[in-house]
Amino acid sequence: METFDARRLLPIIGPILFFAVWYLAVAYGLVNKVLFPSPFETVAHLFTSFGKGGMQVDVASTFLRTGTAFVIAAAIGVPIGVALGASESAYRSVEFLIDFFRSTPSSALIPLFLLIFGITDANKIAIASFAAFLVILFNSAYGVMNARKTRILAARVMGSNSWQIFKDVLIWESLSQTFVGLRTGVSIALVIVIVAEMFIGSETGLGHRIIDAQQVLNVKDMYASILITGALGYLLNLAFLLLEKRFIHWSGK
Amino acid sequence: MNMAGRDLAAAAADLPMALRRERTHITVRGLNKAFKGQPLYRDFDLDLPEGRIVSIFGPNGCGKSTLMNMIAGLIPVDSGSILFDGKSLKQTVIGYVFQQYREALFPWLKSIDNIAYPLRRAGMPEPAVKARVEELIASFEIQFDLNRYPYELSGGQQQTVCIMRALAPRPEVLFLDEPFSALDYEMTLFIREKLQEIYLKSGVTMVIVSHDLEDAVYLADKVLLLTRRPTRIAEYMTFDMPRPRTPDSMSDPRFVAAKAHALDVFRREVKG
Ligand SMILES: Nc1ncnc2c1ncn2[C@@H]1O[C@H](COP(=O)(O)OP(=O)(O)O)[C@@H](O)[C@H]1O
Ligand SMILES: [Mg+2]
Repeated sequence: METFDARRLLPIIGPILFFAVWYLAVAYGLVNKVLFPSPFETVAHLFTSFGKGGMQVDVASTFLRTGTAFVIAAAIGVPIGVALGASESAYRSVEFLIDFFRSTPSSALIPLFLLIFGITDANKIAIASFAAFLVILFNSAYGVMNARKTRILAARVMGSNSWQIFKDVLIWESLSQTFVGLRTGVSIALVIVIVAEMFIGSETGLGHRIIDAQQVLNVKDMYASILITGALGYLLNLAFLLLEKRFIHWSGK
Repeated sequence: MNMAGRDLAAAAADLPMALRRERTHITVRGLNKAFKGQPLYRDFDLDLPEGRIVSIFGPNGCGKSTLMNMIAGLIPVDSGSILFDGKSLKQTVIGYVFQQYREALFPWLKSIDNIAYPLRRAGMPEPAVKARVEELIASFEIQFDLNRYPYELSGGQQQTVCIMRALAPRPEVLFLDEPFSALDYEMTLFIREKLQEIYLKSGVTMVIVSHDLEDAVYLADKVLLLTRRPTRIAEYMTFDMPRPRTPDSMSDPRFVAAKAHALDVFRREVKG
């Protein structure tokens, strides 16, 4: 019983160590005090800033942009990916294109998107959506292509036609790989939204807040914003892991 | 549905083997199949009798699975004809049990819905589906919970679910490709007994591929012994030991002799 309880505490050792090193480095003057406020001040600032409207607006707008970009990417990427995966020749004919753009850092396309969409919210959402779309499409297509041959044969021998095999087997088979794509996609969307908020004129958002705080050397606010951005990314990932566990119960079994 | 045929076959199962008239169920004529230009079957003919169990045995890679899969329509033939009582495969209800039960069941469906899948897919009304599944549960004397997902069951239980699923639409022929080879010995004995029971009750035609001579002979009325590729029939051996056969049958002199004979043929063919 005792060892069980102790094991449950293991995951918090890392964060405690992290804050301890940070605290000691500041307390013993090992780092520049102007660049590194103490962790207590930072965390205190984090909570007070949350009480004020500004931070809430920034978190909400980053979350909203990421969410919109992700929903658009998933709504287009999953059906197209599944359809491409079902026809191997269709996938092979666009494989190079997908692999090429998947290997191109989406941030390299920001200037192009600026030309098309201008300095708008739509621009930030469009580019994040594009980046997430590619990874979602790719994973859904591979999920279908890697469907167990035996399962397809089993459905066929029970008299299922191509359409029935598609909806009774291929779609289901692709789900756990699709979830990998969705989880990666939402992380990529967040990364691109933050970058876009920093470098494409923006009035709100965590990326905008981080770079603003840096410009005026408000380091406490910069760290607080970074921590919140990290927490947002972590929670999005966690949410998808939990959803996957709940709905794709057979995954890995 | 070939109900009359099945009732006859069921009645015939009670008769001594020697009194039963043998009717051909599946006719294979002039079958050709090559992989990458290498011929596997060349002008191959075969008759599979109705309401009997035929085991297919032969060296590894000689084409046992390929033969069965061509008959079951899972692999196309290069040329040749395969008829079921004069009908095509499309007009025939078949069941198929795979070696890899884990990869053959649908893990997103509960075991009971896996069994019901072929019935629902064929558009059977839900009360009829329920009734048929209940009937299968009763005839298999299932003790475990079919509301679990397949991956929550043991290997033998999963293979039992596969067999129930294959039998659900009352197939005219049941194909089994190495149904025991992913199971431990205890489960093999259990499934073997179940298959014999089902056979005695229903008289369904069965084709079993096995690489284990004991399994092949135990259930069989006929053992099809194949050569190495290009594959021919080495011998189409009849084994008419009465049923039900029990684990004790394996030490019966007739069983031992049949096994020894099959092994002789096999050795001769493998040495070439
Ligand atoms: N899709 C395929 N492509 C090429 N060769 C194949 C294919 N399927 C089977 N073969 C070859 O055909 C032969 C028979 O295979 P199989 O029927 O699986 O043998 P068995 O079931 O008797 O062990 C083997 O030599 C195998 O390598
Ligand atoms: Mg085989």
